[in-house]
Amino acid sequence: MDVIEILATVGFWAATLRIASPLIFATLGELICERAGVLNLGIEGIMTMGAMAGWMWVYQGGDLWGGVLFAAAVGGAFGLLHAIFTVYFGLSQHVVGIGITLLASSLSFFLFRMILPAATTPPKITAFQVYEVPYLSDIPFIGQAFFTQTPLTYLALAVVPVVWYGLYRTPVGLAVRMAGENPAAVEAQGIDVLAVRGGAVVVGSAFMAVGGAFLTMSAFDAFYFGMVNGRGWICIALVIFASWRPMKALFGALLFAGLDALQVRAQQISGVFIPYQFFLMMPFVLSIVAMIFMSRSATYPKALLVPFRRGERI
Amino acid sequence: MAVLEIVGVTKRFGSLLANDGITLSLAEGEILALLGENGAGKTTLMNILFGHYTADEGHIKVRGEILPPGSPDAAIAAGIGMVHQHFTLADNLSVLENVILGRESLWSWRQDKARGRDHILSMARDFGLEVNPDALISDLSIGERQRVEILKALYGDAQVLILDEPTAVLTPQETESLFETLRRLVDQGRSVVIISHKLHEILSVSDRVVVLRRGAIVGTVKTADADRDSLAELMVGRAVVRPKAEPMAPGEEVLRLHKVSLGGAKLDAVELTVRAHEIIGIAGVAGNGQADLANVISGLARPTSGHITLFGEGPAQLTPESVVAAGVGRIPEDRNAVGVIGAMTVWENLSSEDIRRPPASRGGIFLDKPAARARAAELIEAYDVRCKGPDAETGLLSGGNIQKLILARALSREPKLILANQPVRGLDEGAIAYVHERLLAARRRGAGILLITEDLDELMALADRVAVMYRGRLSASYAVSEVTVPELGLMMAGQNREAGENSKDGARHAV
Amino acid sequence: MARAMRFEPRERVSVLAAAAAPLAGVAVALLLCSVLILWTGESVLEAYWLLLKGAFGTKFAITETLSRATPLILTGLAAAVAFRAKFWNIGAEGQLYCGALAATWVGTGLLILPPVLMIPLLFLAGALGGGAALLVPVILKNRLKVDEVVTTLLLNFIILLFVSYLLEGPLKDPMLMGWPQAAPIIDEGVLPRLVERSRLHLGLVVAVGAALMVWLVMTFTVWGYEIRAVGHNAAAAAFSGIKINRTIIRTALLSGGLAGMAGVTEVAGLKGYLTLDLSPGFGYAGIAVAMLAQLHPIGVLASALFLSAIYVGADSMSRGVNIPTYIADVLVATSMLAVVLSVMLTRFRIRFN
Repeated sequence: MDVIEILATVGFWAATLRIASPLIFATLGELICERAGVLNLGIEGIMTMGAMAGWMWVYQGGDLWGGVLFAAAVGGAFGLLHAIFTVYFGLSQHVVGIGITLLASSLSFFLFRMILPAATTPPKITAFQVYEVPYLSDIPFIGQAFFTQTPLTYLALAVVPVVWYGLYRTPVGLAVRMAGENPAAVEAQGIDVLAVRGGAVVVGSAFMAVGGAFLTMSAFDAFYFGMVNGRGWICIALVIFASWRPMKALFGALLFAGLDALQVRAQQISGVFIPYQFFLMMPFVLSIVAMIFMSRSATYPKALLVPFRRGERI
Repeated sequence: MAVLEIVGVTKRFGSLLANDGITLSLAEGEILALLGENGAGKTTLMNILFGHYTADEGHIKVRGEILPPGSPDAAIAAGIGMVHQHFTLADNLSVLENVILGRESLWSWRQDKARGRDHILSMARDFGLEVNPDALISDLSIGERQRVEILKALYGDAQVLILDEPTAVLTPQETESLFETLRRLVDQGRSVVIISHKLHEILSVSDRVVVLRRGAIVGTVKTADADRDSLAELMVGRAVVRPKAEPMAPGEEVLRLHKVSLGGAKLDAVELTVRAHEIIGIAGVAGNGQADLANVISGLARPTSGHITLFGEGPAQLTPESVVAAGVGRIPEDRNAVGVIGAMTVWENLSSEDIRRPPASRGGIFLDKPAARARAAELIEAYDVRCKGPDAETGLLSGGNIQKLILARALSREPKLILANQPVRGLDEGAIAYVHERLLAARRRGAGILLITEDLDELMALADRVAVMYRGRLSASYAVSEVTVPELGLMMAGQNREAGENSKDGARHAV
Repeated sequence: MARAMRFEPRERVSVLAAAAAPLAGVAVALLLCSVLILWTGESVLEAYWLLLKGAFGTKFAITETLSRATPLILTGLAAAVAFRAKFWNIGAEGQLYCGALAATWVGTGLLILPPVLMIPLLFLAGALGGGAALLVPVILKNRLKVDEVVTTLLLNFIILLFVSYLLEGPLKDPMLMGWPQAAPIIDEGVLPRLVERSRLHLGLVVAVGAALMVWLVMTFTVWGYEIRAVGHNAAAAAFSGIKINRTIIRTALLSGGLAGMAGVTEVAGLKGYLTLDLSPGFGYAGIAVAMLAQLHPIGVLASALFLSAIYVGADSMSRGVNIPTYIADVLVATSMLAVVLSVMLTRFRIRFN
C-alpha cells in the first residue's frame, strides 16, 4: 500500500479526525490566550489535568458530559492561577507557565495515585461511544469517515466557528484582540485590561483541559502517566502555524493529524526497515518544520509577553 | 456653570509631588491651555481627570456632579474624551475597530459595525477629519492616526476634549488644521483642554492659560493679555534664555553620505555632509526616515546601496563598535528603550560602549570594576548626573539625569562627530539648556553635529544648516538664515521649496 | 477592587529581604502541601519529619541527597545562564541525554586513556554534545526568528526517541539479553566514589566547580556583562556595540554544555551506563532550581540541594506513610511559583489608590 492507497481508506480519515480533536481544543485555547497577549506554557500540564479530571469524574460514578464540564472547570481554575501570576502581578510568562505545567502534571499524578494506590493496569471507564449521525453517516465513504465519530469530536468541529465568531464579531472578542495588540488602548476606552486578559486565559485554559479530557474520555478510555506526550507543546507550534486564526488552526490541526495518521499506517507497512522511533518522532519534527516556515513572516500579537502594569508613570 | 471643576487635587509618586493642590475650572465653549515645562505635572493632572490615576487628595466635578475617581469608564460616561500623547491605537487592527472598542457592552453577542461606520463617517464630515474606517492603522500617517485618536475621543459625544501635546508630531500646516477643528468643536458648545509646552501655539489657539510649575499652579492669564516672554518666565520661574549658536566657519568634512539608500523606501539616495564646527539640523515629521538615518550612521543598519565616508575614510562598513571606536558620539532617540539599560548600574551604563577597553576591562576579558567605577564617579561629577553614586540603579534616575548620563558617555571622549537624535525630548528647561550648552561647547571644540529633531525652535536656534526628511528623501540643505519656519513646514509635508518636483540634483547640496 | 491596586518599584531592596524571599516562598509551599498531606489522612508533622530524615537522617541518606543534587546543580546552572540572557532554554533534558550519548560514544572503548585524562575528556565530550543539541534552536532563532521555547521543548522528545532507537540498536550492549542499555563506561572513565559504600561520586566536585566558574564568568568577565546586558535590554545592548547573536550563541553553548555535563555525571558516575531512564526529569527540575536561586550561580548550589532533599526524602517518606511520591514534584512546583511571587513582592511595593 502506498500513500495514495492509504489516503483512500476510510480508516485514515476517521483516524485523522480523532487525532485532531484534542489538538483542535488545545490549539484554540492557546490561541485565545495569546490573542489576549499571554503565552500560556501551562498547556501541557493543564491538558494532563483535564485528562485526569475527566477520567476521575466518570470513574467516581459521574456522567460523561459532567466529566467534560468538570475538566473545563478544573482547567479554568489553573488558568485563573496562571492569570493571577502573569496578568495581575506581571510575572514572567515563561517561568509561570512552566511552573503551572509542573504543578498541574504532578498534581494530577498525585491525585491519580491517591485514588488508585496499587493499580498496575489503569482501569477502564465507559467512555464516549461513537455516535452515528442519522442520514449523514449513511453516505458512502464520507459518512463512515466523518459522521461516525464520538460526540467530543463533533463538539471540537462545532466550536471552531463559535470561537471565530466570538473573536471577530463580538465586542468582547475585539477587546481580547486589542488587549493583545495595545493594552493601553483598551484601558483608554474604559475597559479593565486585567479582567479581559485574565478572562481570556481562564477560557483558553478551559478549552485546553477539554482537549486533554478527550484523551481519556474518547480516545483511550483510561488515564495513564505520560499520556499527553507533548501534544501541548505541539499546539503552541500550531498556533503560530495558524497565524492566530481559528479557521487556520482547524486546518493546521487536521493537516498535522493527517500526517500523524499517515505515519502510523506507514509504520505498520515498513516497520521492518525503519525503526519505529523515527515514525514517532515525526509529529515533533513536523511541528518544528511548521514553525520554521511560519516564523519569519509571523505577525505576533504586538503585546504578547508584555505585561500591563497599571498606574505606572505613563 | 463651569463644565469642569478640579478642586484641590494632589498626587504623589513615591517621594515625588506631581500635583500640589490644583484648583481650576473650565467654562463651556472655552479652550483652556495647560502650560508647563516637561515634568511640571500637566499630563499627571489630565490622567487623573481621565481616570488613569487616582488623586491622593481633592475631587473633580463635571457639570456639578462628582466624578468617580480612578475609572476611565466613568470619565467617558461623564463626557470626557482624551487624545493621548502616545497614541493608544492597535497597529494591526482597522480604524473602525479601534474606534468602536468598548462602545458596546462586553456582554453583548452582536457587534453593530454598520452603525459604527456611519457614526464615524458623519463625525468625520462634521469636524473635517477625513479618514477611511477600514484602513489598518499601520498604513496611516502620523497625522491621520491623530485624527483617529480624536474621533475615538469624540465618539461617545464627549463634551470635554483633552489633548495631550497634540502638535508634537505635526507639521505647522497640520497644526493649523487641528486648531481649525478645535475651533469648530467649541463653536458647538464643547470645551477643550490642550496641554502643551509650545508657547506660540498656545497663544494662537487658547482663550485662557493655566501655568503649572513643579506640580502647582503659578498663574492663570487670559491669552489676550499674555505674551511669550511673560508666559515663558511663569513657566520656568526665571527669565528663560536658551543658548544660541554663535556663527563659526566650518572645518573639515567629518561625515558624508553618498546616495545612501535603505531597503524599500526607508531611505532614498540620501546625500548629506557634516563638517567640523558645524551643526546640521534634520527636520521632519516622525516616521519619514529619521530613525533609519540615525541607525545607518550608528552602524545599526547597513545601507542597501550607496556608501558612507567617516572622517574622510571610506567607504566604511559601520557597526556600533566601529563607529564608537572611530570617535563618534551618539545620543539615541529613546533614552529608556535604547540609550541605557535601566536594570544595570550607572557605572555599567557609562562603560557600555567601552566595555572591552581600559579602564573598564583588562585584556578585554576581565572587568576592572574599581577603575570603571572611578571613571564613572568623575563623569558623574563633570556632567552633573544627580544620582546616589556609580552603583545606583539607572532606571531610578529622572529623565534629565539619564540624558546627562548618555551625554557623558557620548561626549567625554571628545568625539569629532556627534549624532544627536531628539536630544531634549521630554526634558525640563534646565536640562534642555544644559544639553544645548554641551552640544555648542562640543561644536566650539571642533566637532561636527548632526541634530535630528522635531522641534523647529530648537533647530532654528542651534543649527547652521537645515535639511528636511520626507518619505526617506533628504532635501537639499539650506543655511538657517535662508529659510523660515513656515517654509520648513511645507517641506515637512512634502512640498519642495521650489514649486514642483522633489529635486535630487547634486548642485544644490551643502558644501 | 483590582483597579485599586498598583505596583511601585521599591527604591532599594535590602539584602535581608532579598535572601528571605525564597525562604518565605518555600515556607508557603510547605504549608500548601501540608493541606494535601492532611487530605491523604496522614499526619503532616510525621510526613515532613520522615522527609527530613530520609534526606539527611543517616550518612547514606546524605550521600544520596548529595549525589542526586549533582545533576540538578548542573541543569540548574544551565537554566540560570540561559535565562539571564532571556534565552528560554527548556531543552536541558534533551541536552543532558546528548551529553550522556557523547560520553557513551567516547567512553565505552573508543579511546583508552588513564583516568586523569579520560575523565576530563568525557566531560568535554558531554559538554560538546549538550552544546551541539542547542545549536539548532539557536541558529533557528538567530536566522529565522523561530521561538526557542518550542524548539527546545520539542527537541527533548525527538532526542529521547533517538536515544531509544540507539539503545535498541547500534548502542545496545551485546553482553546483555533483552534489556535496552548501552555498554558500560570503561573503568578509566568511571568517576571515583567520594564516600565508601555510597553512590556519591566525583561529579559533585565537578558540579560545585562549575557553579564557581559560572559565578566568576557572570560577575567578573566581559562575557558575563554582555549576557546580562542582552537579557535586560537587547536593543540597548546592540546600540552600545554588543553583538547580540554572538552573545546568544555563547550563552547557548555554555548552557547546553552544562546540561550535557549533567548527563556525563549520571552515565559515568551514578549508573555506569546509558539507559532510557537516566534522567527522571532533571532537565525540567533544573528550571525550578534556577528560579528558586533567582538565577544566581552560587544560589543554585543551595536550591539544588533543597530540591534533591525533597526528592530523596519523599522517596523514603512514601515507604513510611501512605503518600504518593509525586508530593515531591508538587512541592517543587509550588515552591517555584511561590518564590517567583515573593521575590517580586520584595522588589515592588503595593499601593492602594
